[in-house]
Amino acid sequence: MALNIGCAAPPGKSRDNKTGSWRVFMPVITKEKCTMCGNCILLCPEGCIVEVDGYPVIDYDFCKGCGLCANECPSEAIAMIQEEK
Amino acid sequence: MMQIMEGSHAVAEAVKLIKPDVVSAYPITPQTHIVERLAEMAADGEIDSEYVCVESEFSALSVCLGASAAGSRVYSATSSQGLILMAEVVFNVAGMRLPIVMSIANRAIGAPLSIWNDQQDSIALRDSGWIQLYAEDVQEMSDLHFLAYKVSEDHDILLPSFVCFDGFILSHTYEPVDIPTQEEVDAFLGPYNAYQMLDAKNPISMGMYATPDYYLEFRYENDAAMVRSAEALKVAGKAFGEQFGRDYSGLVESYKMEDADVAFVALGSICGTIKDAIDEMRENGVKAGLVKIRCYRPFPAEELRAALSGVGTVAVLEKNISLGSAMKGAVGPEVKDAMDGTGTAVFSYVAGLGGRDIRKRDVAAIADLALKGEGNMFYGLREELI
Repeated sequence: MALNIGCAAPPGKSRDNKTGSWRVFMPVITKEKCTMCGNCILLCPEGCIVEVDGYPVIDYDFCKGCGLCANECPSEAIAMIQEEK
Repeated sequence: MMQIMEGSHAVAEAVKLIKPDVVSAYPITPQTHIVERLAEMAADGEIDSEYVCVESEFSALSVCLGASAAGSRVYSATSSQGLILMAEVVFNVAGMRLPIVMSIANRAIGAPLSIWNDQQDSIALRDSGWIQLYAEDVQEMSDLHFLAYKVSEDHDILLPSFVCFDGFILSHTYEPVDIPTQEEVDAFLGPYNAYQMLDAKNPISMGMYATPDYYLEFRYENDAAMVRSAEALKVAGKAFGEQFGRDYSGLVESYKMEDADVAFVALGSICGTIKDAIDEMRENGVKAGLVKIRCYRPFPAEELRAALSGVGTVAVLEKNISLGSAMKGAVGPEVKDAMDGTGTAVFSYVAGLGGRDIRKRDVAAIADLALKGEGNMFYGLREELI
């Protein structure tokens, strides 16, 4: 994808900004510990955790690694792992 | 047609022929006569341009940015403090690739407050992404505006341009100047064709936010356009020469360089004084020459290296100071870089700041210093004051 001259962009272009690249710590869910309470889905400020087949799944393209989900998980099923890029 | 005309008015006449859709500027000495004349032309219906009065230079260039983004050919002019006040917009215009042309009547920057000439203002903004052209006389200062629009508006370039000329020394001097006809200018420039524009039917945002994944590449593209503009300037300068008889195909211009032992490098009106000084020095047996830099951005490193090849000593006359830098002036290090590995000695001399005259005997004295290996210094300091 070539850049548009003059940093010009049509509407909706921000969807191409994969803000997940900002992340330093990556939330990783241990499915065995997850009680499917849905807290992480509700509390994620980016709205990037969705339910798939009853379990939370994180969209790493947009997760900025804030750690709110890990902090709020009542069963401590989410670990924040430092990423190597 | 040849006319005797004040430098500022010659610029106003050139702008009239270029037919910008929008002019916005804030008056500041020594640029005032240009915008005063343009405002008069707009009021008298001599030009169709929308002349937008604003309350500051920051607003002036902001209006220009918006007008250019909306698809207009745009002109502005400023000096010194005005240019520095514009600085944020100056960078944005270049990043948004808007082909605005702005005249800079070069003037010193405060403090101390000075209305007099040096080139600190435009050189302080050398890294902003604007093409920078420097005129030696009134004819060149008028002509370079046509050249600047031609190259800036080229869809392969899309970069804004400064046309710089020494405040008072050129802006307020009357000289014979050939002002072309409207037909000639129309033939050279062609109608303005915006590359892209703000349009409600086909919405875009311009000057967007770029994450770390994109920013570096945008800056690369800016620089690549600047690199391409060197060739575009040569081609347009040659075409201008063929049409108008004044050739600007070189980004630098040599004077008596064929057998020179010591060469000056300079920008702007001082080149005229240096040429006269060289003629006198040659009568006294000193083989001196001059390489005038007409285009400072993009920096013509290859052309300078070719023009200065075989010269033992180079003296760069700097009407600017890069405070705290080893060579004192901003131009010298780039000349030295261009001459890297050739064995040529390059020295900077900061002179003529804040309107102090550089006389022919000063030029000769600087050549003597350079030949003795003394340089990277202020020239002409009044020792009793320090």
